[in-house]
Amino acid sequence: MPFAGWEMPVQYDGVGPEHVAVRTRAGVFDVSHMGQIETSGPQAEAFLQSILSNDVTKIAEHGAQYSVLCAEDGGVLDDLFTYRLGPERFLTVTNASNHEKDLAWFERHAAGFDVVVTDRIDELAMLAVQGPHARELVSTLAGSELPPRMRAVEMDGLGLVCGTGYTGEDGVEILLAADDAPVLWGRLLDGGATPVGLAARDTLRLEVNYHLYGNDLMESRGPIEAGLGWACKDDTGFVGSDAVRAARQPGPGQPSEQLVAFVMQSGIARQGNAVAGGGEVTSGTMSPSLGVGIGMAYVPIESAVPGSRIEIDVRGKIRTAEVKPKPLYRKDC
Amino acid sequence: MADASYPEDLLYHPEHDWAKIDGATATFGITWFAQDALGEVVFFDPPEVGSPVSKDEPYAEVESVKAVSDVISPMSGEIVEVNTALADGPEAINEDPYGEGWLVKVKLSDPSERDSLLDQATYTSQLS
Repeated sequence: MPFAGWEMPVQYDGVGPEHVAVRTRAGVFDVSHMGQIETSGPQAEAFLQSILSNDVTKIAEHGAQYSVLCAEDGGVLDDLFTYRLGPERFLTVTNASNHEKDLAWFERHAAGFDVVVTDRIDELAMLAVQGPHARELVSTLAGSELPPRMRAVEMDGLGLVCGTGYTGEDGVEILLAADDAPVLWGRLLDGGATPVGLAARDTLRLEVNYHLYGNDLMESRGPIEAGLGWACKDDTGFVGSDAVRAARQPGPGQPSEQLVAFVMQSGIARQGNAVAGGGEVTSGTMSPSLGVGIGMAYVPIESAVPGSRIEIDVRGKIRTAEVKPKPLYRKDC
Repeated sequence: MADASYPEDLLYHPEHDWAKIDGATATFGITWFAQDALGEVVFFDPPEVGSPVSKDEPYAEVESVKAVSDVISPMSGEIVEVNTALADGPEAINEDPYGEGWLVKVKLSDPSERDSLLDQATYTSQLS
């Protein structure tokens, strides 16, 4: 399946088996379509602080942080992970479909800062190894300990190993030279990892309510209504922070809708299905772990509390869903 | 998933549905080709018992992880039974499309419609 110019495997063995493999053992995803922007120089931290929503000064060396890239009006341009590789060196991972836009945004706002912004999408591949056995598998290949969660370390023979992921499972994401990726892919499969495609990546992330840009995040909505206020440190003065601050308080800047997680009474709602009374479904699927239809939707604030019932127009049939606390799936339940 | 198969004792509709006629009633389902194209079925939305179905018209939806598909009725009549086991086990449509994965039973209003359906050889010759 072509996706943002990449040939992407939707599935290898089937969504169900691949999903279960990640929840119970270990799966490997080729996510080389993700983009990377390196920012380096004496003012790298100050520059990133001026455009990323989170407090970049809080990223320790080898640390990682999630943030949002906002437009001036507070709309979400992308959601990003940033790793601090050195005191003056950062690597930011972008979404494939936003990479060119993000890069242009970085370059435009870098004027006036003593920084170098480098596009690294073509040279870097990215493999995610996720699941309860993922760390054991990768550390056996590496012959040494892996960085803990939310840390990133350059490891000989592997690449930049990051304790992050998009599945709700433990595991790592490995950034490495594109030429080296096929060999590592083969070693991971030999080590027992199941290859997992985009379809299961989507069911896994949706069960734990991670946002997908283009579905749940978009320029026409801000991080507050998306539930990403925790990743916004308004006092840092990032581009869009005035709008984000206004969205937190009652007043004209406050959004009228909120992104919620829901569980269907029956059936499956899909992206674009309208919610009665306002709002729409942004992601929807059958949850392989829970065995019910699940999803996320923007709904009017008054309906955005766990326990409230919403009615969704699924191709002309009105189906009931219940708003639930996030995440919908927890490891221990 | 089972291997490709198209039983000889069934009649086929070009939209990849099968009918097994037993006197004045028939059992309907989707063919191996249809379930393979859909991928893992995760939801079957059955019609109400007692509702009418018309030949060549959709009467239900089958939903996979990938897509939603209308199910086309190979013949006309009235629904007399639906496969309620599919509510908890829709994967039977993949695993056993002509057996456990049957969808509905229909009291036929025009049994002569069978003449417009395809036999196994004709249907399978259209698949390639």
